[in-house]
Amino acid sequence: MTPPILSAINAGKVYPGGIEALRNANLTIAPGEFVCLIGASGCGKSTLLRMIAGFETVTSGQIVVRGKEVTGPGPDRGMVFQDYGLFPWLTIRKNIAFGPIARGKPKAEAMAIADRFVSMMGLDRFADSYPHQLSGGMKQRVAIGRVLANDARMALMDEPFGALDAMTRERLQEELLTIWRATGLSVVFVTHSLEEAIYLADRVVVMSPGPGRIVAEERITLERPRDVSSPEFNDIRRHLAALLHADHATEAA
Amino acid sequence: MSEAVEPLPAETGPVRIDVTPLLRIVVPVVLLVGWWAGTALHPGGLIPAPSEVGVALWDLAFGGINDDAFSRMLLPDLIASASRVYGAFVLAAAVALPLGMLIGRLRLVREMLEPTLQVLRPVPVTAWLPLSMIMFGIGPKSAFFLVALGSFFPILLNTIFAVRSVEPRLFEAAQMLGVSPARLFPKVVLPASLPGIFTGLRLGLGLAWVVIVVGEMTGVQTGLGAMIMDARQLSRTEIVIAGMAVIGVAGFLSDYAVLMLGRKLLAWSPRHG
Repeated sequence: MTPPILSAINAGKVYPGGIEALRNANLTIAPGEFVCLIGASGCGKSTLLRMIAGFETVTSGQIVVRGKEVTGPGPDRGMVFQDYGLFPWLTIRKNIAFGPIARGKPKAEAMAIADRFVSMMGLDRFADSYPHQLSGGMKQRVAIGRVLANDARMALMDEPFGALDAMTRERLQEELLTIWRATGLSVVFVTHSLEEAIYLADRVVVMSPGPGRIVAEERITLERPRDVSSPEFNDIRRHLAALLHADHATEAA
Repeated sequence: MSEAVEPLPAETGPVRIDVTPLLRIVVPVVLLVGWWAGTALHPGGLIPAPSEVGVALWDLAFGGINDDAFSRMLLPDLIASASRVYGAFVLAAAVALPLGMLIGRLRLVREMLEPTLQVLRPVPVTAWLPLSMIMFGIGPKSAFFLVALGSFFPILLNTIFAVRSVEPRLFEAAQMLGVSPARLFPKVVLPASLPGIFTGLRLGLGLAWVVIVVGEMTGVQTGLGAMIMDARQLSRTEIVIAGMAVIGVAGFLSDYAVLMLGRKLLAWSPRHG
């Protein structure tokens, strides 16, 4: 078996002031794997993702990416935020070229790379527009494009489609799967939608709050493209919903 | 792609007359008529009629009517004032921009300087006048100092605010794309705060025009402020008003030029583009 691209070993996070956001998280992700983290708010799914990204320190245990312990953010782990995080002063093309330029690529080369990903994300018509001129779906395409253009090995996605309308969300889910298949990228995708998790993931990691922790993992072996209305899909959904709910029940008790 | 924002289609159908220019001149016309009516109803009053101010303005610009000490002085006075306004503005910006960036980004500098600056800020420029004349003497240096002081604080405060209110998300985005912490300032802070800094510069330049009359009360020989002060002592109120009008128009044109520059440079910003 190939070595994992990511392993979290008893990773925990306690904020100053004593609030425990995550306890003893153990998670291994293989290269090219698509993993969804799901759970109610406060379950630590975003904390875990931000620890992998290097935005939050790990207060116990460790997170190892490609054999090296995570100590801060780095271009091997590209993040896609729900609120896009695009640079408003740069055109779409220059937003995508930002990473390659930041890593010291010559300008001409960076622009050539950017043009390639502008086309790949279907953004040709908007290459010279500014972010505020684009719709949410288009902005998120830019955000995905700039992570790809920066040779990221992992895409860390924090509820990336949560602010989009249903139609746009479905189309972007489709596009994300196409890109993922074509690039062999590893994806860690945080969502609070069970349907989205089961539709996208190779593996769904169920988390629960108080303190945040991983409570279950479910490998999804359904053929892609997955039919969200099939009985098999709904069996999995029921099973995972029960896991999520079981936890809510104990919490309420 | 249908989700992309399309530019609004141009309005079609019956030709519509744009009334905006008309709206813009309604108030000036009403004010002018009111002023004229007021002076017509009180002949021999202390306030001159618009026509007298018009004549004074002509004489200030081209001479040939009164041919006194004020005739044909408009251009030299305007140039003197404008050079003080822009010179003092550039000086103020040269100090306020780096200082504001340091205060905004470095806690140590902020803790050291902010209380002092907050106490100095409410002191009006007019209150500085006597001290300024003691420190810089009677004449242009004092004027320069006062105008610079007037435009300093809006630039400083807007710069502090702009560099402090950069969206934290942008730092994360830049770092995950490979920008080192040391490079965050030029790559993120500076461009992100340009709209706020620009607002400060615009306010600062505007205030420099406001303060120029006070600045030129320091005993300088030239300038629109000096002209107004001289006219006041001679009870030449029509020249006072003419000077006020010239300052108003000059300040307006100066602001308009800056605004257009901002639209060009900050096309990316929804607030300016």
